[in-house]
Amino acid sequence: MTERNAIQGPGTVRSLSQRLLPPMILGSGFVGIWYFIAYGVLEPRRRFLLRPPHEVIQVGFLEWDNFSLILNSLWSSTKVAMMGLSIAILIGFMLAITMSQAKFAERAIFPFMVTLQAIPILAITPLIGFWFGTGQTSRVVVCVIISLFPILLNTLFGLQSADSGLHDLFTLHHANRITRMRKLMFPAALPAVFAGLRISAGLSVIGAIVGDFFFGKGDAGIGQLLRKHASQLAGEELLAAVIMSSALGVTVFLFFGWLQERSIGRWHETTTGAG
Amino acid sequence: MVFPDGTEALRDVSFGVDKGEFVTIVGPSGCGKSTLLKIASGLLEPTSGQVHADRDQIGYVFQDPTLLDWRTARGNVELLAELHGVEAGERRRLAAEAIELVGLNGFEDHYPKSLSGGMRMRCSLARSLTLKPPVFLFDEPFGAVDEITREHLNEETQRLFRTEGFAGLFITHSISEAVFLSTRVLVMSARPGQIVAEFDIDFEYPRLPELRFDPLFAELCGQVSQNLRGSHA
Ligand SMILES: Nc1ncnc2c1ncn2[C@@H]1O[C@H](COP(=O)(O)OP(=O)(O)OP(=O)(O)O)[C@@H](O)[C@H]1O
Ligand SMILES: [Mg+2]
Repeated sequence: MTERNAIQGPGTVRSLSQRLLPPMILGSGFVGIWYFIAYGVLEPRRRFLLRPPHEVIQVGFLEWDNFSLILNSLWSSTKVAMMGLSIAILIGFMLAITMSQAKFAERAIFPFMVTLQAIPILAITPLIGFWFGTGQTSRVVVCVIISLFPILLNTLFGLQSADSGLHDLFTLHHANRITRMRKLMFPAALPAVFAGLRISAGLSVIGAIVGDFFFGKGDAGIGQLLRKHASQLAGEELLAAVIMSSALGVTVFLFFGWLQERSIGRWHETTTGAG
Repeated sequence: MVFPDGTEALRDVSFGVDKGEFVTIVGPSGCGKSTLLKIASGLLEPTSGQVHADRDQIGYVFQDPTLLDWRTARGNVELLAELHGVEAGERRRLAAEAIELVGLNGFEDHYPKSLSGGMRMRCSLARSLTLKPPVFLFDEPFGAVDEITREHLNEETQRLFRTEGFAGLFITHSISEAVFLSTRVLVMSARPGQIVAEFDIDFEYPRLPELRFDPLFAELCGQVSQNLRGSHA
């Protein structure tokens, strides 16, 4: 009987546990496998390849020297990601708006965007370093290149998504370009813009780390730290840094999900689960 | 009217609608009725022929509700007045009036996603009522509402027609709706749409709901129906 009551408890508690339980089960399974590999598969002298979880926590998170280093690097990578993302958003919006206003502009710009997107970033890092040096600028440039495409494409798609009947309505009532933009195309674009933002935000974190991996001058971030730990075979610190980088990516993703829910949740059916 | 893909939607259609006239077109699905309204409103350029109309302010109820998802019912109803630069207070008043008229009171603050299909259509109707246009085009506006609401909206449309005296061009699949509302009913043939019959409806306005049970009303409906049947062949 008590079990039944527990299951039929208040709706919010129940749905929260329903949402949290599955990932928690999977997560513990994952930690279990981790332990199994560390102690069951690897011989002691090869255990440096995968340190067990508690040692990672011990060395990477609880030793303040190590952890503060991770936090500092993470913060400088976050700054790069935010800067890169802001620039990508700015360029993406401007290009998307231009492209949505003139078919000619769309036809002209689109092939170049696809090309830019198709270039493997590793192939052009030497060029970027050559042009912009090996410091902050190059890190941001990498970040912009990686995160530009989704935001541009989704914004363009969103601006073009307004119903043709609504366009007819605006035409019928002599709305000018600006009014049509403001009252029809922008709001209609918002759901797609947010979808693009979430992807681009995640990519901007990756871009910041990748950029940092290659360009280490100045206020270096998590990429350089990963590189250093890897070369010193410091498994615990390396894993801790990886975990914190993912945490940053997840945080950014959740933040934009939350922002989306707040901005357009009232009128738009959100289909994504997170946030 | 021939579309770029070669579909010939309309052929040799010619008629006039005067101020104070309410003309209804009935015809099989896909015969070009919506296309005709789009041409009349200037949204589509005909491949041949001309339209003479006062297009400064056209009331146009589309076949679909075409609401802005991000605005509440009230916000949607206010849209047209907003586009025409009516100031906020007056806009509110016009919207409240129109919402009352279509029976959407209590749902002013609902977003379209939480309105039923029929309610969305009524919201769309209310939107075009806020302006007092001299020319009014209706594209099957009541197709998605239940019979009783439909009759009620018919009576409201008629009342509006009498008080505003606009020139009305109305499309419907319902023959009794056509006869009840109009001064004239045109029957169109299957694609390419042509006008195959024309009926003057001489009942006096205001037409009361009971008119629908009048033998003469039934006879007219029968005649229209017969012509419509013939046009399908
Ligand atoms: N943009 C277009 N391009 C090509 N063909 C079109 C276009 N718009 C409509 N048509 C065609 O023209 C014909 C008439 O379409 P229309 O929408 O006017 O029909 P309708 O009489 O309003 O039908 P319904 O009663 O089902 O609404 C159809 O065969 C349709 O496929
Ligand atoms: Mg139609």
